[in-house]
Amino acid sequence: MKYKLKRQLTEKLIELLLFLAAASSVLITFFIVYTLVTEAFPFFKEVGLRDFLFETEWTPLFENAKYGIAALVSGTLLTTTIALCVALPFGVITAVFLSEYASARVREFTKPLLELLAAVPTVVYGYFAMLLVTPFLQKIFPDLSGFNALSAGLVMGIMIVPYVSSLSEDAMRAVPLSLREGSLALGASKFQTSFRVVIPSAFSGIASAFVLAISRAVGETMVVAIAAGLEPKFGFNPFGPTETLTAYIVQVSQGDLPQGSVGYRTIYVCGIVLLLFTLTFNIIGQTIRHRMEKKVK
Amino acid sequence: MADKTNARVLQQIRFLKAQDVVFFFVGLIVLCGAFLILITLILDMAQTGIPRLNQEFFFNFPSRFAARAGIYAAWVGSLCVVLVTALLAIPLGVATGVYLEEYASKGWISRIIELNILNLAGVPSIIYGIMALSLFVYQFGLKQSILTAGMTLGLLILPIIIVTTREAIRTIPNHIREASYALGATKWQTVSNHILPYSFGGIMTGVVIALSRAIGETAPLLAVGAVAFIAFLPTPPVMTEAPFVSFQWLMDSYTVLPIQMFNWISRPQEEFHVNAAAAGIVLLTMTLVLNTLAILIRYRFRKKYKW
Repeated sequence: MKYKLKRQLTEKLIELLLFLAAASSVLITFFIVYTLVTEAFPFFKEVGLRDFLFETEWTPLFENAKYGIAALVSGTLLTTTIALCVALPFGVITAVFLSEYASARVREFTKPLLELLAAVPTVVYGYFAMLLVTPFLQKIFPDLSGFNALSAGLVMGIMIVPYVSSLSEDAMRAVPLSLREGSLALGASKFQTSFRVVIPSAFSGIASAFVLAISRAVGETMVVAIAAGLEPKFGFNPFGPTETLTAYIVQVSQGDLPQGSVGYRTIYVCGIVLLLFTLTFNIIGQTIRHRMEKKVK
Repeated sequence: MADKTNARVLQQIRFLKAQDVVFFFVGLIVLCGAFLILITLILDMAQTGIPRLNQEFFFNFPSRFAARAGIYAAWVGSLCVVLVTALLAIPLGVATGVYLEEYASKGWISRIIELNILNLAGVPSIIYGIMALSLFVYQFGLKQSILTAGMTLGLLILPIIIVTTREAIRTIPNHIREASYALGATKWQTVSNHILPYSFGGIMTGVVIALSRAIGETAPLLAVGAVAFIAFLPTPPVMTEAPFVSFQWLMDSYTVLPIQMFNWISRPQEEFHVNAAAAGIVLLTMTLVLNTLAILIRYRFRKKYKW
């Protein structure tokens, strides 16, 4: 009897411990939101929301400080757009190839390789962008500046190809074989089957891969901090330097940063904007994905 | 008439077949192209960096002179930080995974935890950095220490470990659990004697991948204020006098490989870029070895258990 009681107690205790571990992940989210909001709050007391949203210059550390977040947001959108122009076509073509055309052996061999590609540290990609890709591009566009959005975006695009392709491939492989067989039986070619049957059926999965890739590119830091230059500029010129939200945070936190200073406040402001962007895209992506999973079942 | 239609159909068939072949090659070229670009970039970096890789490079501290600078403090720092990260993230992540798969009822609490983990995995790493700057560095007063860095990265890789633990546990068929319960085992006995050992391979794969991510991560550590110019090692954890073990190293300043590399890239002088390339090769080798290890573990365990 005593033994049974003791055992039950241990069982309950272990369950409680495991629950606490699981609950602590919620705590992390709480701390993220809490620190961002409390550290950024005094900033919005000083700077009006209208200046923040509609000013086009971002010079918080200068004497004549201007706080137009649009400058950093435009830089972020620019590099993200360039990255997506590379990642989406490359990712989807790779996914179609692996899911519809490649033999099982090729697939077994390439999937781990793609994973390795995704494992390369981002600072190494930054090195590529600044010291190898930029000089190469300067041969093609002679007036390209040493720091530019183009090479940062291109390298970032290559970086997220594995991400897009593996998510899209998962979606395509989830399409029932019977649909393909039906299409082939009607005399359609492999190409027609892939693009008119498989891709439309897997559309929500591929769409969610796109959206998640956007979120990835928006949050990417090192490549843009190294290669895109650190000049906040409102505009969309891919050949010149620019600055993203993430790069600004890196730039400022490299100097001395006492708590409560202007620089310190602004990184949390950028953090909030960044989190809002990525969270929105993540939630959209997950919702699409969730719906797809339900449909397939 | 019939001949004409026939010819048209034949032509169309030929076109479609050609289209198939063409797309096969387009796919192949795109796939190989991505690899080729990356391999060219890596080779170029290797060509610059490998001549720098000698014993001095590994055992010298950073210096104002590029030729004398090394990565001693950086790789020791990386190891210390990853140790703290592993000690925090592995128990917490595996416990969370086990709870969500084996214990949690399908109520709203577990739904919230699940959604929360999904969203945490999508939070940019730099956000973890500025969160840690406010929370660990200033509120907890831990300064720019190895402990701060390790905990920051630990929180960052937690979602990866949780997700892979859950996936690994999910592959264990239910009859294993039923057999264990039928023999009178309690829930925890089932988990500790069956579920965890059988999913060990999957969990380890996730852990190794997560740790390799932690080694390469730069942005959050820049945000918590890692310094690149560290000309000393952390305090040794073992002492000759009582109490023999020291935890002073947890509070020491540090630098890590990616930070050192970033610092060298950011300098205008080209000699430092050579150092950056060499550090990049070391970093790349470390992460690739860890990831290959993960792939090997996965293959081995997939072979070992067939349900």
